[in-house]
Amino acid sequence: MTGIIKTSSAASVKQSRRGAEESPLAKWALIAVALAFSLVFLLLPLVNVMAQAFVKGWACYWSSLTQPDSRAAIRLTLIVAAISVPLNVLFGLAAAWAIAKFEFRGKSLLVTLIDLPFSVSPVVVGLMFIVLFGLQGFFGKWLGAHGIKIIFAVPGIVLATIFITFPFVARELIPVMQATGTEQEQAALTLGASGWQTFWHVTLPSVKWGLIYGIILCNARAMGEFGAVSVVSGHIIGRTETMPLRVEALYQGATGASTVAAFCRGELAGAPGLVYAGDQDFPRMETGERISGSRSRIVDR
Amino acid sequence: MSIELKNVSKNFGGVAAVNNVTFSVKEGELMALLGPSGGGKTTVLRMIAGLEMPTAGDVFIRGRRVNDLSVQQRNIGFVFQNYALFKNMNVFKNIAFGLQIKKWKRADVRERIAELLNLFGLEGLDRRYPHQLSGGQRQRVAIARALASKPSVLLLDEPFGAVDARIRQELREWLVRLHHELNVTTIFVTHDQEEAMEVADRIVIFSRGVLEQVGTPREIYDQPANEFVARFIGVMNVLETEVRDGKARIGELEFPAHGQMDGQKLRIGFRPYAVQISSDLGLYQYQAVLRHTFFLGVLLRVELELPSGLTVRARMTKEEYSHQGLADGRRVSFQIRQCRVLAREEAALPAETDLSFQAPPLLGENI
Repeated sequence: MTGIIKTSSAASVKQSRRGAEESPLAKWALIAVALAFSLVFLLLPLVNVMAQAFVKGWACYWSSLTQPDSRAAIRLTLIVAAISVPLNVLFGLAAAWAIAKFEFRGKSLLVTLIDLPFSVSPVVVGLMFIVLFGLQGFFGKWLGAHGIKIIFAVPGIVLATIFITFPFVARELIPVMQATGTEQEQAALTLGASGWQTFWHVTLPSVKWGLIYGIILCNARAMGEFGAVSVVSGHIIGRTETMPLRVEALYQGATGASTVAAFCRGELAGAPGLVYAGDQDFPRMETGERISGSRSRIVDR
Repeated sequence: MSIELKNVSKNFGGVAAVNNVTFSVKEGELMALLGPSGGGKTTVLRMIAGLEMPTAGDVFIRGRRVNDLSVQQRNIGFVFQNYALFKNMNVFKNIAFGLQIKKWKRADVRERIAELLNLFGLEGLDRRYPHQLSGGQRQRVAIARALASKPSVLLLDEPFGAVDARIRQELREWLVRLHHELNVTTIFVTHDQEEAMEVADRIVIFSRGVLEQVGTPREIYDQPANEFVARFIGVMNVLETEVRDGKARIGELEFPAHGQMDGQKLRIGFRPYAVQISSDLGLYQYQAVLRHTFFLGVLLRVELELPSGLTVRARMTKEEYSHQGLADGRRVSFQIRQCRVLAREEAALPAETDLSFQAPPLLGENI
């Protein structure tokens, strides 16, 4: 009698386990598809560019990067990134803080606005600035009268880049800050810390990896933006040409695939950092966040 | 008086969360703020801390009005419900945080932390990060951090809410011992009446932002100020009766109603422990069927169904239950030893009335 019960219960356990688990076939099929896709469409072109850059040896690679026009493009790109990334970090911190930690009217409007640059075509962004600051534009006459040049000059490129890279830092920080909540900061206040001390010792460390990831994404885009920058820059060689524009110009001028590739490689310099920062986020989420997140709070007001 | 609240009110966007609350806490006292969720008790605690500003009224700490002092200036220790330990800092740095902010000398910080780790049984854990600690350890770190710079008051928000039932009991006893040892004025918030009764010297009961009663656990249990308190502290049977022929009646039950007019409605309340059950059907006045038995550990709660359909809850010990040979579905007789007429809401309650004087010895009295 007992024997029968035992076997039947064992069978039902086996069955239920099979029901709850994914079949190994589906698992491996999914992994294979994802891997194959990223190899063919992401990794292969990248590897190809890297290889092309060195086809004619290091010397050629180096000289194509050190031409005066190329150096000017590199310098301009660095300047644009150096201005737009810190500004967007400041804005991103402020916006994420406001959205994650306060309730206010117009919050959903602010969230929508932060996402706006994602939904507007970069070319249209460039045109928007031309319509605003160009010679025939809204502020064009006034700017012209005061001798201020924005379009076809560095300020225009910076403005367009800021617009395009606007969402990156804030988008990364909002979920991290929301998950952290405000209790740690309040605890710091009860222990005597000032607002600034609290931000520096408690808030910033707790969003560190999200912030770094956001900065890397923001920087990669700031250095790599083509469409919007192309419209407002005017392509003045040596003056308003950024690295992506230079790549385009070299390609159009058929200077040779390896020069273009060398430049492309330069553009990619920031990529490895991404992998590192992306990786860092996960162990932390697994250990620290889950414990506090899994408890429901009793709201008592 | 260590802490005093005078006519304190707090509105959130026009909604009164705390309404005209006045009470005081003595130096060295262990006080519970008790009430259902949304009762305003956490808001009161946060106003004492300075994390919330009162809309009206005054808060005093050691005789000094602190309304205009910021959180940082009040010299309080606050333990959050989820402990709010700094995740990016280890135990040592968590506890040292407040001391470093207050510019303690490095040697003094080390000495103080060693003392606290020892006192809180956290030796050897100083390099651990919060996520490497158990729930109980995390709470002790949070309390150690709050007490590090020797605050005048320790405030705890739902201190036992975040741990499982098994550790909770341990932590309660530990908190009482700690309080005895340090003797620092302590206020904690809880929605668990058993916890408040067991741990606190005195209890403040809130409901919907209003202070219902302040008193020792004994006072609150024996002399509840109103029906809310009576029902919130422990289980109570409450019946809507009508007076006929000088007695308050509902179904087959009758209660004394001295000097009440016929037709008068009366709310009668009695505790489950006041109900005595016997398997001898002739022993007591009323008949009923035992419908459900709930096992609560040493004690049992049983539900009796009367012929009229009324349900009465009773409590008894396991020994009593098995001695009587009771089981679900058994017919029993019972009597109600004590009851009280309940006044609604704020009006004070009259004392409990003894209904029978031939009470045989009862196991599990006062539970």
